[in-house]
Amino acid sequence: MIKTAPIASRQISQRTAFVLLGVATAIAVLPVLFIIVYTVINGAGAISWSFLSQAPSQAGKEGGILPAIVGTFCLMLGTLFFALPIGILAGIYLTEYARDNWLTRLINMAIVNLAGVPSIVFGLFGLSVFVLAFRFGLSLLAASLTLASQALAMVITSSREAILAVPKEYREGSLAVGATKWQTVRHVVLPQALPGIITGAVLAISRAAGETAPILVTGAAFLLPGLPGSPFEQFMALPYHLYTVAAHVPGMSKTVMWGVALVLLVVVLSFDILAAIIRYRSRQRT
Amino acid sequence: MNRNSTSLSNTLSTQACTTKLRTEKVNLYYGSFQALRNITLDIPACAITAIIGPSGCGKSSLLRLFNRMNDLIPGARVEGNVELDGMLIYDPKVDVVELRKRVGMVFQKPNPFPMSVFENVAFGPRRHGVNNRAELEEIVEKSLRQAALWDEVKDKLEQSGLALSGGQQQRLCIARVLAVEPEVILMDEPCSALDPVATLKIEDLMKNLAQNYTIIIVTHNMQQAARVSDTAAFLMMEEDRAGVLVEYGPTSQLFTNPKDKRTEDYITGRFG
Repeated sequence: MIKTAPIASRQISQRTAFVLLGVATAIAVLPVLFIIVYTVINGAGAISWSFLSQAPSQAGKEGGILPAIVGTFCLMLGTLFFALPIGILAGIYLTEYARDNWLTRLINMAIVNLAGVPSIVFGLFGLSVFVLAFRFGLSLLAASLTLASQALAMVITSSREAILAVPKEYREGSLAVGATKWQTVRHVVLPQALPGIITGAVLAISRAAGETAPILVTGAAFLLPGLPGSPFEQFMALPYHLYTVAAHVPGMSKTVMWGVALVLLVVVLSFDILAAIIRYRSRQRT
Repeated sequence: MNRNSTSLSNTLSTQACTTKLRTEKVNLYYGSFQALRNITLDIPACAITAIIGPSGCGKSSLLRLFNRMNDLIPGARVEGNVELDGMLIYDPKVDVVELRKRVGMVFQKPNPFPMSVFENVAFGPRRHGVNNRAELEEIVEKSLRQAALWDEVKDKLEQSGLALSGGQQQRLCIARVLAVEPEVILMDEPCSALDPVATLKIEDLMKNLAQNYTIIIVTHNMQQAARVSDTAAFLMMEEDRAGVLVEYGPTSQLFTNPKDKRTEDYITGRFG
C-alpha cells in the first residue's frame, strides 16, 4: 500500500488550482473584451451611411472615412499579392528542398526573428528601398511592398508549419508510384497544406492592416479628397487616419475617433474570423 | 507451392521464375549505424518472398533497398550491388522515378491520399502523363479488379478514399500501385494494422498477384510468412549488430527443416 494524503487536503489543492487557472484566464481575456465593448459603445454613434461612404472634410471633423477604408483594403490586397506567392514558394523550398545544414538553420532563424523586428524599422527599410532607391515614391505600391516584407516572415513560418504537418506517409505513397519530388509537392503536399497556409496569410494581412508606422513613412496621406487612382499615388488608411485625428486635430469629436477605431477593429477582426472559418472547414473536410 | 508454368498463360511463361532482384554483398549505413551486413540473395520472379525477423533487425531497410526508398533518409549509404533484371539500381545513371514505377510499394499503415477512390488509383497514371478520361477509367477499373476491391467500391468511386474500412484502404493502396503496372511489389507489413478477416483477404490477393508480379513482403507474423511465401529470408540482430542474414531458402525448408539453429529458435518462438 502506498501512503495517501488525506482526501480533504487533496481536494483543497485541486480547488485552489482550478481557481488560480480560471482567474489567470479571466485576466487574459478581460482586456480584449473591454476594448471591444468600449470601442463599440463609444464609436457606434458615429457609424452612419454617410460616415462610411463620404470623403473627409474639415481635417476629418466632418464627412466620412471612405478613402481610408478603401485605402486599407488596397493595402491588404497589395500585401497579399506580394507576400503570399513568395511566402509559399520560400516555405516549400525551405521544407522540401533545402538541405538541413547550418545555412538553412540560419535562414530559418532569421525568418523567425524577422517577425520580431519593430515595424518602424520595416518602415525605414521601405522608405530607403522602395520609395527612394526603386523610385516608387510615397505610394500605395511602396507601402504594400513594405507591409509585405513584414508579413513575409509570418507567411513563410505558417507555410513551413503547414507543409511539415502533412504526414510523411502521403509523400512516401506518392514517391512509391514513381511521382517526382515536385509532383509529390504539387499534387499531394500543397493541397493538404493550403488551408494552413491561407490561414497564416490571412492573419498576417489582418495584422498588416492595423500597422501605422510602416505606412507613415512610405505613402500614407493625412487627407485626400478621393480614392487612390493608381498604385503610384498616395493613399489614406484607417490606422494612420486614426493616429492623425487623435493626435493632431484639436477639437476632434471623441465619437468620430472611436468610430474610426470601430471600423478598423471590424476590418481586422473580420479577417481573423475568416481565417478561423477556413481552418474549421478544412478540418471538417478530412 | 509451384507457380512456374502450368497455371500461367503463355505471355507470362517468358518471365517465369528467373531471378528478378539480386543483392550482392550489400551493406547499408545510416550515418555511422550499419543497418544491413553483407547481404547476398537472389529473389525469384513471380513468387512471394518473405523477409522475417525480430523488430529492428533491418527487414524494412532491406525492403526499401529495392525501390531506393532509403534515399529519403539523410545519411543513408549503400555499398555492394543491387540488381533489377541485371540492371544496377544504385548506378548514378538510373532514374529513381522510373525505378519506383517498376518497383511499387505498399506500406504498413494504409495511406490512401485524401482524395476520391478514383483519383487515388488514377494518381500514378496521371503523374506518368495519362490524361485521357476514358483511358484512366479503364486503368482504374482494371486495377481495382486486380486488387479485389472493384465490387465493393464501384458505386462510390467519387467518395473519399479515407471513408473506406482499413482493409479496403490497404487494397486501394495496392490498386494504386498496380495502376502504374509495376513488375515488383514491395509490401512492408501490409497487414499489421488490419483485422484477421481483412488480413486473409490481402493474403489471397497476394497469392493471385504472385502469378504476374514479383512480391516481397516484410512480416512479423510467422504464420503469415508460412501461409503466403515461396521463399523466405530470416534476418537477425546480434548484440549491437543489426542486419545479419541468417538463412535464406524455400519457405517450406526454412519452417520445417531450418539449417541454422538461430532460425529454428526464432520460428519455434524461443526468442524474438
